[in-house]
Amino acid sequence: MKGSIIILGFFALGLIGGIAQWFPQWLLSDDLTTYALFILMFLVGISIGSDRNAFYILRKLNVKVVLVPLSVIVGSLVGASVVSFMLSDVNVKEAMAVGAGFGYYSLSSIFIGQLHSQELGVVALLSNIFREIITLLAVPILVKYFGKLAGIATGGATAMDTTLPVIVKFTGKEYGIVAIFSGIVLTILVPVLVTLILEVL
Amino acid sequence: MGIGFGRLMRDKDKARKGIDAAVTWSVYLLLFLLGIAVGTNADIINNFSRIGYTAFWLTIGAVGGSVLLAALVYHFFFKAGKGADYEG
Repeated sequence: MKGSIIILGFFALGLIGGIAQWFPQWLLSDDLTTYALFILMFLVGISIGSDRNAFYILRKLNVKVVLVPLSVIVGSLVGASVVSFMLSDVNVKEAMAVGAGFGYYSLSSIFIGQLHSQELGVVALLSNIFREIITLLAVPILVKYFGKLAGIATGGATAMDTTLPVIVKFTGKEYGIVAIFSGIVLTILVPVLVTLILEVL
Repeated sequence: MGIGFGRLMRDKDKARKGIDAAVTWSVYLLLFLLGIAVGTNADIINNFSRIGYTAFWLTIGAVGGSVLLAALVYHFFFKAGKGADYEG
């Protein structure tokens, strides 16, 4: 929670400074963002690759656990696409890109802002923050009516860290490892899917 | 590329902590830059409530779809077995 507030704080600081025009023009250059993004991706890769636990968990799981992140991917993309028909300002492709953030708002909004438009980047930022908030608030109800995977499904990529405690609390420890697995898979796939959806589709 | 590098250096805990800190700070930097870009974009600022509305409904769609599919997967693949089915 503290982490999210700090992240939002940086966004808000940039936002306010941007409105008030505090910053010099060179800070606005696209190249700066692109290089910072390359560095970030490289670092995220190192961080995932050096996580011994991640590989250890992979070896211990039953094959059917793969269905959990898979249902989050298909569910999020289809769900967001269906909703996009009711909304006037996003098309199916844009809706899918936002849905493919799976709650990982920092990375997905940066990617979408860079690859598509800043406006869609902000939609992704807000939408994926909402996803985390909904998870934190609604897991007990969702688990009650939709079964023990519901919390892991709403949590998406955040099921491995920020929403893990609430998921474990309401679905039981034995699902903790499933939540971490699903969260890791989705976290790795966020940049891949967002790029594929925006660039290839 | 990064994942490969990370596997090579996974015993070096200190380096890993450094990397994690660097990830955190680059996320801060990028969101700060996105904030500036958005703040200087009058179209976005003037339409913030519409953007929030769109974002909200997309979240409902994504969450709804995920939860429904996960409910099916749970019903058909997990419920009958002994829970999460991992030997730990």
